[in-house]
Amino acid sequence: MTSKTKTRTRAKTASGPSKEEALRMYTQMVRIRTFEDNANQLYLSGKMQGLTHMYSGEEAVAVGICEALTDSDRITSTHRGHGHCVAKGANYKEMFCELLGKQEGYCRGKGGSMHIADQNHGNLGANAIVGGSMGIATGSALRAKLLGQDDVTVCFFGDGATAQGLLYEVMNMAALWKLPVIFACENNGYSEYTKTEEIAAGSITARAEAFGIEAFQVDGQDVLGVNELSKKLVARCRDGDGPFFLELLTYRYHGHHVGDINREYYRSKKEEADWKENRDPIIRFRAWLVEQGIAEESEIDALNAQIKQDAKEAVAYAEAAAYPGVEEVDMHVYAETDPATLRAGK
Amino acid sequence: MREITLSQAVNEALVEEMRRDPTTFIIGEDVAEAGTPFKVLSGLVEEFGTSRVIDTPISEPGFVGIGVGAALTGARPIVDLMFGDFIYLVMDQLCNQAAKQHYMSGGKLSVPMVLRTNLGATRRSGAQHSQSLQALVAHIPGIKVALPSSAYEAKGLMKTAIRDNNPVVIIEDKLMYQDKAPVPEEEYLIPFGEANIKREGSDITLVATSSMVQVAEAAASILEKEGISAEVIDPRTIVPLDEKTLIESVKKTSRAIVIDEGHQNYGITGEIASRLNEKAFYYLDAPVLRMGAMDVPVPFSPVLEDLTVPTPEGVAENARRLCAGEMIHAA
Ligand SMILES: Cc1ncc(C[n+]2csc(CCOP(=O)(O)OP(=O)(O)O)c2C)c(N)n1
Ligand SMILES: [Mg+2]
Repeated sequence: MTSKTKTRTRAKTASGPSKEEALRMYTQMVRIRTFEDNANQLYLSGKMQGLTHMYSGEEAVAVGICEALTDSDRITSTHRGHGHCVAKGANYKEMFCELLGKQEGYCRGKGGSMHIADQNHGNLGANAIVGGSMGIATGSALRAKLLGQDDVTVCFFGDGATAQGLLYEVMNMAALWKLPVIFACENNGYSEYTKTEEIAAGSITARAEAFGIEAFQVDGQDVLGVNELSKKLVARCRDGDGPFFLELLTYRYHGHHVGDINREYYRSKKEEADWKENRDPIIRFRAWLVEQGIAEESEIDALNAQIKQDAKEAVAYAEAAAYPGVEEVDMHVYAETDPATLRAGK
Repeated sequence: MREITLSQAVNEALVEEMRRDPTTFIIGEDVAEAGTPFKVLSGLVEEFGTSRVIDTPISEPGFVGIGVGAALTGARPIVDLMFGDFIYLVMDQLCNQAAKQHYMSGGKLSVPMVLRTNLGATRRSGAQHSQSLQALVAHIPGIKVALPSSAYEAKGLMKTAIRDNNPVVIIEDKLMYQDKAPVPEEEYLIPFGEANIKREGSDITLVATSSMVQVAEAAASILEKEGISAEVIDPRTIVPLDEKTLIESVKKTSRAIVIDEGHQNYGITGEIASRLNEKAFYYLDAPVLRMGAMDVPVPFSPVLEDLTVPTPEGVAENARRLCAGEMIHAA
């Protein structure tokens, strides 16, 4: 880490969240964890086809950042995208429907887990090409600047994606043009089955600093710290002070994807247990809520139970929901263009 | 009617559309003060400023991706790719990102983006600045592909491309930038999926795209002197393709040659020929022939390079033999 990089490890409570904000952050983290537990179950029980990547363990990253955004702010997401989707405001029902390929899914079942997005809340899509959305996020920010709109775009990507050349092309342009984009690198220590240190030479934040982009390394298991910093950077982006770069140190609890069960050849059970027991973002934040007198244990238990119930109902709904009709297969290949706009004089 | 160059026609289309729609902008390498190496964009930055005529670093995947993101969120970017050969560099952004957003989102997102680039050999530019790669993009569902064959088409198709709500790749013939053609002063647009019958004929149909339209017309003139009446049709857009006009022509003439400057193997010519075989088989008196560029990297040496592209004489010779009832192979 270079001297310019700012390291954030502890949340400051002075400018901390209101009670509502804190409870909402907790709720959103539990909603992600619960969504993933159900998605994993759907896969393991053979009810869901394909492959899917669990966000469990990384909740504080998506929630800390997305709670600093408004509905008109945009995000781009990754193959590990359920967490971003929930955090940006999506509903369980449409999400489970999408995972099961049902017509009521956010993408009418045509996207699936790896392309899931609630477009109405500014989610420009999960992307199954590692690093594939970096240009999209930067272009969204260029559009905001060009059209005089004050929204900010956050580009989520993994440590593995820092090896894609596209990142360096768009960081260069984002810095040259001072675009309102935040590059949020979720460093969960692994790129598929390979440790980050084996694929990334030097420091990750230094990559951004080379372009003159202010970069921060953050404890990605601390939702308050992530949120506090994100709020500041989002505000500075709106003031024309962007772009920024965040490296969020985090951990995925499951395998790379749901089928990655026997993984001791690349990651020890001891390491997994350490992150789950000692650094879990939900356990940590729950303790903070109680300590601060924001919520009592019993209230939190009730909240957790309610979310479990919501998920159960949404899963049941999605299982019973209809598949798209066969006539949908060649719909939406091309967008309609109003013929009136194609006339001269219009 | 006044005559202007293809370069001026493109420039006029861009000026008109950028005046009409403040969400449009141009992005690419040396597009602003330089107006591109072909000088097609001269004067635009003076009118629209550097915020709407944006010079980029040499980062093709980066600025095409930026175009996709801007288009997804409410702008209408016109992305300038200096040479068609650079399409290879931007395949992911174009084919995995731009082309699929509408479908993958169940119709909720769309990418109204134009990618303008060029094609064409015989400019002595070597193997990496001479290719005609329309088949690569035409293969991908979700992208429309327009191939203007003169200044008139260049203007009318560009205006439609900018207003279309999909990614449109529009490929100009870089050898034609200084060629003049009649272009009306008043505004017009050319709809996608409407072929243009450039010349009517009764003995054989020559379906030709872009640079090859001139070649087909010259071949038709040669054939006319020999008493063979060739119909020349320019599809103008290959996606969508106006099959109906092509099929009707072939039903009338019962013979066809398809000519395109892309490589012949697995190319545009094969696709169109195959559709004619499938849909007009009983009307055909001879196999539909393909004439594409030779399947070699484009050589530098002028004597070699000129051999790689279909010529009027080559087209006329194939047409002659088809009309004589010889079951031949394309040159
Ligand atoms: C361009 C590309 N290459 C390879 C893959 C296969 N792949 C999917 S996820 C992944 C690892 C990504 O690692 P990282 O960016 O750290 O994200 P994480 O999975 O850890 O969240 C790989 C190699 C892909 N989807 N796209
Ligand atoms: Mg990773």
